[in-house]
Amino acid sequence: MTTIAEVNSGNEALCADQCMRIHQLMVRARVLDERMIQMSKSGEGYFWIGGPGEEAFNVCLGLQLKKGCGPDYDFLHLHYRSLATLLAMGMPMLDATRQAAVRITDPHSMGRNFLGHSALRKWNVVPVSSVVGAKFAMAPGTALVQKRHGGDGVTVVVGGDAGSSQGDFATCMIWSTRPGQELPVLMIVTNNQWGISTPMRSQHSEQHIVDRGEPFGIPGEVVDGNDPIASWHALRRALQWCRRKRRPFMLESQVSRLHGHSSSSGAMRVENEPDCLALWETKLLAAGVLTRASIDELWEAARGEAAAAVQQALQEPEPTPDDVRRHTYAPSPVDVVYPDDYTGLPH
Amino acid sequence: MATLVQAVRMALHYGETYLGVTDILGEDVGPPLGGVFTATQGLETAWNTPLDERGIVGAAMGIAYAGGRPVAEIQFCDYGFNTIDLLKVAGNQRWAGGGNYEMPIVLMTPSGSGIRGSLYHSHSFESWASRLAGWKVVMPSNALDAYGLMLSAIVDPNPVLVLLPKALLRVRGEKLIPGEPADPELLKQLIDAPLGDRTGWRPRWPDLDEYLVPIGTADQVREGTHATLVSYGRTLPLCVKAADLLRESDGLTCDVIDLRSIFPYDWRMISQSVLKTGRVLFVNEDSEVTNFGEHLLRRVVEEHFYDLLARPRVLQGQHVPGIGLNQIYEQNTVPQLPHILETLRAVATEEA
Repeated sequence: MTTIAEVNSGNEALCADQCMRIHQLMVRARVLDERMIQMSKSGEGYFWIGGPGEEAFNVCLGLQLKKGCGPDYDFLHLHYRSLATLLAMGMPMLDATRQAAVRITDPHSMGRNFLGHSALRKWNVVPVSSVVGAKFAMAPGTALVQKRHGGDGVTVVVGGDAGSSQGDFATCMIWSTRPGQELPVLMIVTNNQWGISTPMRSQHSEQHIVDRGEPFGIPGEVVDGNDPIASWHALRRALQWCRRKRRPFMLESQVSRLHGHSSSSGAMRVENEPDCLALWETKLLAAGVLTRASIDELWEAARGEAAAAVQQALQEPEPTPDDVRRHTYAPSPVDVVYPDDYTGLPH
Repeated sequence: MATLVQAVRMALHYGETYLGVTDILGEDVGPPLGGVFTATQGLETAWNTPLDERGIVGAAMGIAYAGGRPVAEIQFCDYGFNTIDLLKVAGNQRWAGGGNYEMPIVLMTPSGSGIRGSLYHSHSFESWASRLAGWKVVMPSNALDAYGLMLSAIVDPNPVLVLLPKALLRVRGEKLIPGEPADPELLKQLIDAPLGDRTGWRPRWPDLDEYLVPIGTADQVREGTHATLVSYGRTLPLCVKAADLLRESDGLTCDVIDLRSIFPYDWRMISQSVLKTGRVLFVNEDSEVTNFGEHLLRRVVEEHFYDLLARPRVLQGQHVPGIGLNQIYEQNTVPQLPHILETLRAVATEEA
């Protein structure tokens, strides 16, 4: 297999090692999401929402981010379907299963928020909110500090096609293109053609969501999010634009939604949408980069890893009633009622 | 002696000079206008934003995430209603993220009636704001407190909403802000932008000192024994006047408490005063259904029921869709001096 130098897609190519790395991460993300769907149905967790069908694009994003804390690094306003991005950045499966199992050890929210509502300060992942448009209103703020700070850190904001309907999407375009004050914001729309049960085509008449950037001078690209090679290069170009030009770019990734919106709609596997992982394995098999045996081995290893992550999370403690108020307030030297944190009504 | 709005401006200058404020942003807050009420004239870090309140709140949050210390302005609180879910998000970021992030933003906005503002320049916001867990909400009624509360809002690493009583913005304080010249004319020459062309104008800031009004501390502005009167913002000076009139006319004296900090509020001061007088009236101009004063009333009833000598009451605005421009509407929609005096007298004299 090592004799295969690279894999092609159209005019673009990726080296075989990178292809295998992407594949492994996609498998891990898929297996983990599927295991967490089981958690939501078995009582091990309460709710599932995630990104099966977005792994190809999301892994490529995670691998190309400048990961760290503070304005020198990329700020990430992620979507609740961004699991594969976080795994690609190096998040252990355990930190997802802890949230799925709503444990106090959940590093994103202490067992408070839905799965996929991530928050990791060490990587500039700002808290994901269920208010899907709000992140587009916040993104110009982090980008403004980054532009003022210097360096090549950019702000990446990820939403879906339905979320792009909210006014905050226009806010992001206006605020990141103020004349002379343009901002390094990469606006990503993972377009799965659905808003819960509502087809995009019943609500949006624009051909592509990125077309909306044109009047603002925001260049855009539509990419097949089921194709890791195309996704990799589209992200490379988009990130490079933002890093170098310190201006916004819009990228629309056409992806699938393979398990519906969330566990609230059953999270059953849909069969009529392309599966980026199956397509990728077919391609890598045909290219001779992977064998069926090596693929099976990867899946088996990922299943073991996911099972261990679930088992570990379930052994960890749940929140206690004393945790209800924790972290409402940061300690304040000027607050005589709540100098440390919220402690109930003033007394 | 500074006006309340001059005090805000000096506090923001102090904040950007000594307390790390990086951005003062909002509609028309930068040059040339410096704010529709002049609160941000001459400030180094003030800049104009698009007419987009959600963008203003969102950008402030982003700036804070990335390490900045923003002070954002909503030009009138009446235009902040479309930001309310972002305000909710700002208030829950630290909690939802398990302490991952702090949200050190200050949001200031003129609130309340008193400038003939009609439907969309007369709203009050504190009752809505008091439901935004994770936020702190303050409202000064005089220049010195405006200075001290704004500095505390800036220093506090949590989201703090500073409600500015529109009707009092031009009212001159009675106490000197540390470092300001006593001569109001001199202060005006130093820090007020001239009318007309301001291209070459730069403020000459007085050498100000830090003065903090701790969040959660009320101020007892009158002392008495016959009733407790609790208010803030525009109605506070009216309450003081009512208490003084009642003393002159009826010989009845009241504790008058300027709450200053709406959340967290100074329960200890309220509680001790109610224990002393057994009679309490809460006054504000927000509308009367689910009014913040009702919360304080609830606590009084639950914790001091057997200490009360008379029915505790809340005097507040009517539950109508807006405040009409004709002054007959405004005068009869939100509490005015005669309403306060009448209700205070009733509370203070009701048979025990």
